[in-house]
Amino acid sequence: MENFTPISALIGGGLIGLASGLYLLLNGRIAGISGILGGLLTPTKAGAAVFERLAFVIGLIAGPFILMNATEIEAQSVVTSSLPVIVVAGLLVGLGTTIGSGCTSGHGICGLSRFSLRSLVATLSFMIAGFVTVLVTRHLMGGM
Amino acid sequence: MRTIVSLICGTIFGFGLYISGMIDPQKVLGFLDIWAIADGGWDPSLAFVMGGGLAVAIPIFQFAKNRTEAVCGGEMNLPTNRAITTKLIGGGVLFGIGWGLVGYCPGPALSALAFGHTDTIIFVVAMIVGMGSARVLGLNK
Repeated sequence: MENFTPISALIGGGLIGLASGLYLLLNGRIAGISGILGGLLTPTKAGAAVFERLAFVIGLIAGPFILMNATEIEAQSVVTSSLPVIVVAGLLVGLGTTIGSGCTSGHGICGLSRFSLRSLVATLSFMIAGFVTVLVTRHLMGGM
Repeated sequence: MRTIVSLICGTIFGFGLYISGMIDPQKVLGFLDIWAIADGGWDPSLAFVMGGGLAVAIPIFQFAKNRTEAVCGGEMNLPTNRAITTKLIGGGVLFGIGWGLVGYCPGPALSALAFGHTDTIIFVVAMIVGMGSARVLGLNK
Protein backbone atom coordinates (compact mmCIF):
# COMPACT_ATOMS: atom_id res chain seq x y z
CA MET A 1 0.00 0.00 0.00
CA GLU A 2 2.89 2.36 -0.82
CA ASN A 3 0.60 4.76 -2.71
CA PHE A 4 -1.93 5.12 0.12
CA THR A 5 -2.39 8.80 1.13
CA PRO A 6 -5.08 8.83 3.85
CA ILE A 7 -4.52 12.37 5.20
CA SER A 8 -4.64 14.24 1.89
CA ALA A 9 -7.56 12.00 0.84
CA LEU A 10 -9.55 12.96 3.96
CA ILE A 11 -8.75 16.68 3.58
CA GLY A 12 -9.54 16.68 -0.15
CA GLY A 13 -12.70 14.66 0.44
CA GLY A 14 -13.77 17.11 3.15
CA LEU A 15 -13.38 20.00 0.70
CA ILE A 16 -15.49 18.14 -1.89
CA GLY A 17 -18.16 17.54 0.77
CA LEU A 18 -18.01 21.20 1.82
CA ALA A 19 -18.42 22.43 -1.77
CA SER A 20 -21.38 20.07 -2.33
CA GLY A 21 -23.05 21.08 0.95
CA LEU A 22 -22.61 24.81 0.35
CA TYR A 23 -23.95 24.50 -3.19
CA LEU A 24 -27.17 22.91 -1.91
CA LEU A 25 -27.55 25.21 1.09
CA LEU A 26 -26.81 28.47 -0.75
CA ASN A 27 -28.04 27.79 -4.31
CA GLY A 28 -30.48 24.97 -3.64
CA ARG A 29 -28.82 22.70 -6.19
CA ILE A 30 -27.18 19.27 -6.28
CA ALA A 31 -23.46 19.45 -7.10
CA GLY A 32 -23.55 16.59 -9.59
CA ILE A 33 -20.83 17.26 -12.14
CA SER A 34 -22.40 15.20 -14.95
CA GLY A 35 -25.71 17.01 -14.40
CA ILE A 36 -24.08 20.45 -14.28
CA LEU A 37 -22.09 19.79 -17.47
CA GLY A 38 -24.94 17.99 -19.25
CA GLY A 39 -27.35 20.82 -18.49
CA LEU A 40 -25.10 23.14 -20.49
CA LEU A 41 -25.92 21.07 -23.59
CA THR A 42 -29.56 22.22 -23.45
CA PRO A 43 -29.05 25.92 -22.61
CA THR A 44 -32.47 27.06 -23.81
CA LYS A 45 -34.41 24.72 -21.53
CA ALA A 46 -36.32 26.31 -18.64
CA GLY A 47 -34.25 26.36 -15.45
CA ALA A 48 -31.04 25.78 -17.40
CA ALA A 49 -29.16 28.27 -15.18
CA VAL A 50 -26.38 28.52 -17.75
CA PHE A 51 -24.23 31.06 -15.93
CA GLU A 52 -24.39 29.16 -12.65
CA ARG A 53 -23.38 25.91 -14.35
CA LEU A 54 -20.65 27.57 -16.39
CA ALA A 55 -19.25 29.27 -13.27
CA PHE A 56 -19.10 25.90 -11.45
CA VAL A 57 -17.20 24.29 -14.35
CA ILE A 58 -14.78 27.24 -14.56
CA GLY A 59 -14.18 26.88 -10.81
CA LEU A 60 -13.51 23.15 -11.18
CA ILE A 61 -10.70 23.90 -13.61
CA ALA A 62 -9.50 27.08 -11.84
CA GLY A 63 -9.12 25.30 -8.46
CA PRO A 64 -6.35 22.90 -9.56
CA PHE A 65 -4.84 25.62 -11.77
CA ILE A 66 -4.46 27.93 -8.74
CA LEU A 67 -2.96 25.21 -6.52
CA MET A 68 -0.43 24.01 -9.10
CA ASN A 69 0.79 27.53 -9.85
CA ALA A 70 0.51 29.32 -6.52
CA THR A 71 1.38 26.62 -3.98
CA GLU A 72 3.91 23.87 -3.37
CA ILE A 73 1.19 21.21 -3.43
CA GLU A 74 1.93 18.81 -6.25
CA ALA A 75 -0.37 16.52 -8.19
CA GLN A 76 -0.48 14.86 -11.57
CA SER A 77 -3.05 13.48 -13.96
CA VAL A 78 -1.67 10.58 -15.93
CA VAL A 79 -3.59 8.76 -18.67
CA THR A 80 -1.91 5.54 -19.80
CA SER A 81 -4.69 4.25 -22.09
CA SER A 82 -4.44 4.15 -25.88
CA LEU A 83 -6.40 6.67 -27.97
CA PRO A 84 -9.27 4.32 -28.94
CA VAL A 85 -9.72 3.29 -25.29
CA ILE A 86 -9.78 6.96 -24.20
CA VAL A 87 -12.50 7.75 -26.76
CA VAL A 88 -14.61 4.69 -25.88
CA ALA A 89 -14.24 5.36 -22.15
CA GLY A 90 -15.23 9.03 -22.58
CA LEU A 91 -18.31 8.05 -24.60
CA LEU A 92 -19.31 5.43 -22.00
CA VAL A 93 -18.90 7.89 -19.12
CA GLY A 94 -20.98 10.50 -20.96
CA LEU A 95 -23.71 8.02 -21.98
CA GLY A 96 -23.77 6.16 -18.67
CA THR A 97 -23.96 9.21 -16.41
CA THR A 98 -26.77 10.68 -18.56
CA ILE A 99 -28.79 7.44 -18.68
CA GLY A 100 -28.16 6.76 -14.97
CA SER A 101 -28.83 10.40 -13.97
CA GLY A 102 -25.57 11.00 -12.15
CA CYS A 103 -21.97 10.18 -11.35
CA THR A 104 -19.59 9.91 -8.42
CA SER A 105 -20.51 13.38 -7.15
CA GLY A 106 -24.28 13.49 -7.75
CA HIS A 107 -25.05 9.93 -6.65
CA GLY A 108 -21.92 9.18 -4.62
CA ILE A 109 -21.52 12.29 -2.46
CA CYS A 110 -24.82 14.21 -2.73
CA GLY A 111 -27.17 11.21 -3.04
CA LEU A 112 -25.64 9.27 -0.18
CA SER A 113 -25.68 12.44 1.97
CA ARG A 114 -29.43 12.65 1.41
CA PHE A 115 -29.68 8.94 2.38
CA SER A 116 -31.17 8.18 -1.06
CA LEU A 117 -31.61 4.47 -1.74
CA ARG A 118 -31.75 5.22 -5.48
CA SER A 119 -28.30 6.85 -5.32
CA LEU A 120 -26.92 3.98 -3.24
CA VAL A 121 -28.01 1.51 -5.93
CA ALA A 122 -26.47 3.73 -8.66
CA THR A 123 -23.22 4.08 -6.68
CA LEU A 124 -22.96 0.30 -6.16
CA SER A 125 -23.65 -0.22 -9.90
CA PHE A 126 -20.79 1.94 -11.11
CA MET A 127 -18.39 0.88 -8.34
CA ILE A 128 -18.90 -2.82 -9.07
CA ALA A 129 -18.65 -2.20 -12.84
CA GLY A 130 -15.40 -0.29 -12.18
CA PHE A 131 -13.95 -3.11 -10.06
CA VAL A 132 -14.83 -5.72 -12.69
CA THR A 133 -13.47 -3.58 -15.55
CA VAL A 134 -10.10 -3.18 -13.81
CA LEU A 135 -10.07 -6.92 -13.06
CA VAL A 136 -10.54 -7.65 -16.77
CA THR A 137 -8.12 -5.04 -18.14
CA ARG A 138 -5.30 -5.37 -15.58
CA HIS A 139 -5.43 -8.99 -14.52
CA LEU A 140 -7.15 -10.99 -17.24
CA MET A 141 -5.92 -9.07 -20.31
CA GLY A 142 -2.66 -7.82 -18.82
CA GLY A 143 -3.18 -4.07 -19.17
CA MET A 144 -4.81 -1.95 -21.86
CA MET B 1 -24.76 36.24 -6.28
CA ARG B 2 -25.75 32.68 -7.27
CA THR B 3 -23.15 32.73 -10.04
CA ILE B 4 -20.42 33.81 -7.60
CA VAL B 5 -21.47 31.05 -5.18
CA SER B 6 -21.23 28.55 -8.07
CA LEU B 7 -17.75 29.75 -8.97
CA ILE B 8 -16.59 29.46 -5.35
CA CYS B 9 -18.17 26.02 -4.86
CA GLY B 10 -16.64 24.78 -8.13
CA THR B 11 -13.23 26.10 -7.06
CA ILE B 12 -13.42 24.43 -3.61
CA PHE B 13 -14.53 21.20 -5.34
CA GLY B 14 -11.52 21.52 -7.67
CA PHE B 15 -9.19 22.09 -4.67
CA GLY B 16 -10.59 18.89 -3.16
CA LEU B 17 -10.02 16.81 -6.29
CA TYR B 18 -6.46 18.13 -6.59
CA ILE B 19 -5.48 17.72 -2.93
CA SER B 20 -7.08 14.29 -2.59
CA GLY B 21 -5.18 13.07 -5.66
CA MET B 22 -8.43 11.98 -7.37
CA ILE B 23 -7.51 14.27 -10.27
CA ASP B 24 -5.06 11.48 -11.23
CA PRO B 25 -6.70 8.52 -13.00
CA GLN B 26 -3.87 6.25 -11.83
CA LYS B 27 -4.83 6.99 -8.22
CA VAL B 28 -8.46 6.08 -9.00
CA LEU B 29 -7.46 2.89 -10.84
CA GLY B 30 -5.26 2.01 -7.86
CA PHE B 31 -8.45 1.99 -5.78
CA LEU B 32 -10.61 0.15 -8.32
CA ASP B 33 -7.93 -2.56 -8.43
CA ILE B 34 -9.21 -4.37 -5.33
CA TRP B 35 -7.76 -7.52 -6.87
CA ALA B 36 -4.34 -6.19 -5.81
CA ILE B 37 -5.27 -6.44 -2.11
CA ALA B 38 -3.67 -9.88 -2.03
CA ASP B 39 -0.19 -8.62 -3.00
CA GLY B 40 -0.42 -5.35 -1.01
CA GLY B 41 -0.71 -3.12 -4.09
CA TRP B 42 -4.20 -1.77 -3.38
CA ASP B 43 -4.65 2.00 -2.74
CA PRO B 44 -7.70 2.62 -0.49
CA SER B 45 -7.35 6.44 -0.74
CA LEU B 46 -10.61 6.91 -2.71
CA ALA B 47 -12.59 5.34 0.14
CA PHE B 48 -11.08 7.98 2.46
CA VAL B 49 -12.07 10.73 0.00
CA MET B 50 -15.66 9.42 0.06
CA GLY B 51 -15.50 9.14 3.86
CA GLY B 52 -14.18 12.68 4.30
CA GLY B 53 -16.71 14.00 1.78
CA LEU B 54 -19.67 12.30 3.45
CA ALA B 55 -18.54 13.32 6.95
CA VAL B 56 -18.77 16.97 5.93
CA ALA B 57 -21.69 16.75 3.48
CA ILE B 58 -24.13 14.62 5.52
CA PRO B 59 -24.71 17.18 8.32
CA ILE B 60 -25.07 20.05 5.81
CA PHE B 61 -27.45 18.03 3.59
CA GLN B 62 -29.57 16.86 6.51
CA PHE B 63 -29.85 20.48 7.68
CA ALA B 64 -30.45 21.90 4.19
CA LYS B 65 -33.00 19.37 2.92
CA ASN B 66 -35.67 20.59 5.34
CA ARG B 67 -35.40 24.16 4.09
CA THR B 68 -38.03 25.43 1.69
CA GLU B 69 -35.80 28.09 0.13
CA ALA B 70 -32.11 28.32 -0.74
CA VAL B 71 -30.08 30.89 1.24
CA CYS B 72 -29.42 32.86 -1.97
CA GLY B 73 -33.10 32.66 -2.88
CA GLY B 74 -35.02 30.32 -5.13
CA GLU B 75 -36.37 26.85 -4.49
CA MET B 76 -34.46 23.83 -3.24
CA ASN B 77 -33.94 21.67 -6.32
CA LEU B 78 -33.81 18.30 -4.59
CA PRO B 79 -34.36 15.16 -6.67
CA THR B 80 -37.84 13.68 -6.22
CA ASN B 81 -37.32 10.53 -8.29
CA ARG B 82 -36.95 7.51 -6.02
CA ALA B 83 -37.49 4.81 -8.66
CA ILE B 84 -34.86 2.11 -8.94
CA THR B 85 -34.97 1.22 -12.61
CA THR B 86 -33.07 -0.77 -15.22
CA LYS B 87 -31.91 2.56 -16.68
CA LEU B 88 -30.45 3.67 -13.35
CA ILE B 89 -28.47 0.45 -12.98
CA GLY B 90 -27.65 0.09 -16.69
CA GLY B 91 -26.44 3.69 -16.89
CA GLY B 92 -24.38 3.12 -13.75
CA VAL B 93 -22.78 0.01 -15.25
CA LEU B 94 -21.90 1.78 -18.54
CA PHE B 95 -20.41 4.67 -16.57
CA GLY B 96 -18.49 2.24 -14.33
CA ILE B 97 -16.96 0.47 -17.35
CA GLY B 98 -15.78 3.79 -18.82
CA TRP B 99 -14.51 4.87 -15.40
CA GLY B 100 -12.56 1.62 -14.98
CA LEU B 101 -11.05 1.82 -18.48
CA VAL B 102 -9.27 5.18 -18.06
CA GLY B 103 -9.83 6.23 -14.42
CA TYR B 104 -11.68 9.48 -15.09
CA CYS B 105 -15.18 10.30 -13.86
CA PRO B 106 -16.72 13.64 -14.91
CA GLY B 107 -15.40 15.85 -12.06
CA PRO B 108 -11.73 14.85 -12.17
CA ALA B 109 -11.78 14.84 -16.00
CA LEU B 110 -12.93 18.48 -16.07
CA SER B 111 -10.55 19.52 -13.27
CA ALA B 112 -7.63 17.80 -15.00
CA LEU B 113 -8.09 20.14 -17.98
CA ALA B 114 -5.99 22.50 -15.81
CA PHE B 115 -2.96 20.36 -16.76
CA GLY B 116 -3.69 20.86 -20.47
CA HIS B 117 -2.88 17.24 -21.47
CA THR B 118 -4.18 16.21 -24.90
CA ASP B 119 -5.44 12.84 -23.57
CA THR B 120 -7.62 14.63 -21.01
CA ILE B 121 -9.04 16.98 -23.64
CA ILE B 122 -9.91 14.03 -25.92
CA PHE B 123 -11.61 12.22 -23.02
CA VAL B 124 -13.68 15.30 -22.11
CA VAL B 125 -14.74 15.86 -25.73
CA ALA B 126 -15.80 12.18 -26.03
CA MET B 127 -17.66 12.44 -22.71
CA ILE B 128 -19.57 15.53 -23.88
CA VAL B 129 -20.42 13.75 -27.16
CA GLY B 130 -21.73 10.82 -25.09
CA MET B 131 -23.84 13.14 -22.93
CA GLY B 132 -25.20 14.92 -25.99
CA SER B 133 -25.97 11.63 -27.80
CA ALA B 134 -27.90 10.28 -24.82
CA ARG B 135 -29.92 13.49 -24.71
CA VAL B 136 -30.63 13.45 -28.44
CA LEU B 137 -31.82 9.84 -28.10
CA GLY B 138 -34.03 10.89 -25.17
CA LEU B 139 -32.28 8.50 -22.78
CA ASN B 140 -32.01 11.17 -20.07
CA LYS B 141 -35.75 11.14 -19.37
